[in-house]
Amino acid sequence: MKNTDTEATHHPESSSMKETKSRFTPAPIPEKGILLGWLRQMLLIREFEVRTMQAYQNRLIGGFCHIYIGQEAVAVGSIAAIHPDDPVILAYRDHGHALARGMDPKYCMAEMFGRIGGCAKGKGGSMHMFDSDHFLYGGHGIVSAQTPLGTGIAFATKYEDEVINEGTSSHVTLCFMGDGALNQGCFYEAMNLASLQNLPVIYVVENNRYSMGTAIERGTSMAHELHLKAEAFGIEHAVVNGKNVIDVYRDFNSIANWCREESRPFFIEAQTYRYKGHSMSDPRKYRTKDEEVQEEDHDCIDALTHFLIEEHDLTKDAVKQMTKQVKSQVRQAVEWAKQSPEAPLDELYTDVYTDIWGPYKGTSKPEMLQEEEEA
Amino acid sequence: MSTVTPERVIEYREALREAMSEEMRKDNRVFLIGEEVAQYNGAYKVSKGMLDEFGPRRVIDTPISESGFSGMSIGAAMRGLRPIVEFMSWSFSLVATDQILNNAPKMLYMSGGQFGCPIVFRGNDGAGGQLASTHSWSVESMYSNIPGLKMAIPYDAYDAKGLLKTAIQDDNPVFFLESERLLSTTGHVPEEEYTIPFGKALIRRNGADCTIISFGRPLHFCLEAAEELAKEGIDCEIIDGRTIVPLDIDTMVDSVRKTNACVVVDQSWSFASIGSEIASQIHAICFEDLDNFVHRVHSDDVPVPYAHNLEQAYLPNTRKICEAVRSATYNA
Repeated sequence: MKNTDTEATHHPESSSMKETKSRFTPAPIPEKGILLGWLRQMLLIREFEVRTMQAYQNRLIGGFCHIYIGQEAVAVGSIAAIHPDDPVILAYRDHGHALARGMDPKYCMAEMFGRIGGCAKGKGGSMHMFDSDHFLYGGHGIVSAQTPLGTGIAFATKYEDEVINEGTSSHVTLCFMGDGALNQGCFYEAMNLASLQNLPVIYVVENNRYSMGTAIERGTSMAHELHLKAEAFGIEHAVVNGKNVIDVYRDFNSIANWCREESRPFFIEAQTYRYKGHSMSDPRKYRTKDEEVQEEDHDCIDALTHFLIEEHDLTKDAVKQMTKQVKSQVRQAVEWAKQSPEAPLDELYTDVYTDIWGPYKGTSKPEMLQEEEEA
Repeated sequence: MSTVTPERVIEYREALREAMSEEMRKDNRVFLIGEEVAQYNGAYKVSKGMLDEFGPRRVIDTPISESGFSGMSIGAAMRGLRPIVEFMSWSFSLVATDQILNNAPKMLYMSGGQFGCPIVFRGNDGAGGQLASTHSWSVESMYSNIPGLKMAIPYDAYDAKGLLKTAIQDDNPVFFLESERLLSTTGHVPEEEYTIPFGKALIRRNGADCTIISFGRPLHFCLEAAEELAKEGIDCEIIDGRTIVPLDIDTMVDSVRKTNACVVVDQSWSFASIGSEIASQIHAICFEDLDNFVHRVHSDDVPVPYAHNLEQAYLPNTRKICEAVRSATYNA
């Protein structure tokens, strides 16, 4: 795949990666309007996460909370590259993907505030962003536990397309994980099954170089050739520059089309960097300030802004305007989340079972879906 | 349930197969997946012939990879398919516990009602085949502790079919615990369509002196014990709970109010078990009715031994049940 800005990352490039790249032609660069939309999405995610950190510090958010700042290009570029009805499943660093997928930020924020207006009625929290209308099958808190699930969702789309509808497989599932997920056994079981069953799933490893406080070299074999692990399962693989949203989109688009047509799995290592700690409680003592500064110098939002200014005459004023709009949107989301009531205590006993028996009260949809139904 | 056909007697394993096949004919979202279920015709021949009827897209062989294929099936269920996952033994489900305990029963809740998990996990549970410790698990006490799942444990062919059909039709995850010791037993199963609702216990023997409550294979020992105790003049009422979740405590309570004595027989270990849970509930509800505390019979609190004599001694066997009933009814 095309890796246009190797300086943007300190991930060394392996020789077999180049070989894999040449098999796919990246999609063309989209028009200005689409690029502006991505810029807006990345700004939105960043601002959302800044306000999330603030809210966490103000104790409006509890539990574990994982910030996506620095990695925005991966979620935005990859999700832009698939169809609106293609399934997406996530790990726990999931706010950015949820917004990129189209979830209104107010539902995402309210979920973290533990309010009834949250996407999961406040029952899931930061690590569990679900949105059935947007085919978002959740953030998942146990490292790698979502990889068999994502495989099963791909199994299901293929089964629906081929067995139930007697047509051809036409969906592709994006199954995200961090690099730490590579050391859990269930992912290897999942890849084996996906290869055997010819499932159209893309395993997206967002390699931000640390699993919590453990640098990838300390915890993962073949740390600089992660994608080669897919070879053991006969799964195609590639490395993409996760710091450039255009690169991410172009590579994912051609790979997603290939997966759809061939009904085969794919393994993508998206090289990126998280600017903040693993979670809110992480003082980041395992890496140097210099390293962080160096990485932040190659920022994904700066890169796209620069590209738009150079190639499409975007003005600094327009960027300022966009930033202002995004800030206002997030401020409104925070206000909405604050206004959303706490869950009534009845909610303790809903959604445990679909039916009503004993103390259980059946199930009900979150406000997010009800509102969209009305709309 | 009444039937218009002449008595038809089939094996427990055939009853399971009929339940799956009938539901698969009705609903093409239902599929069977597991180790050796297709080409090998099932490690215990439960799925014999199903590959021929439904083909490899719906009767799916997997590698020995419980965590992977359980998780994959849960993902498929989130999307609305209705998988039947066969564990060759529930003992092997232990390597898939994150998927089956963390994902299946909690998905509906964690997603705020957005994604359910209509899935059945089924396979052999319990000791008795000289398989030694790792292959002889009784998982019911451990797993029934988790909210969000249902659990059925059929004793005979009729219940195996009726309860499995209900399990497949249920929109929640169902843990369906069969017994390798029971697969070849035979019983009356009508040709006609029927299901057995969850949460309805069955009185397998009427009696006046002592209520014996059990589930699944240990009922065999309970019925044997009742015959022996009848010779001593102790008349036992035997209740087959059929499902552990939901639990039909009402039927159990009604019986205890009649007999004023109760023994719970549970093949899992005693500590924090189904036996202790039912005893606790009976104590709370029937405090005024009981002539004695609820007695409990379990497997011994040791790893399951291989040697035949030790394994038989380990089980909640007829001797232990007789002793418990005599004690509970002051006949010891």
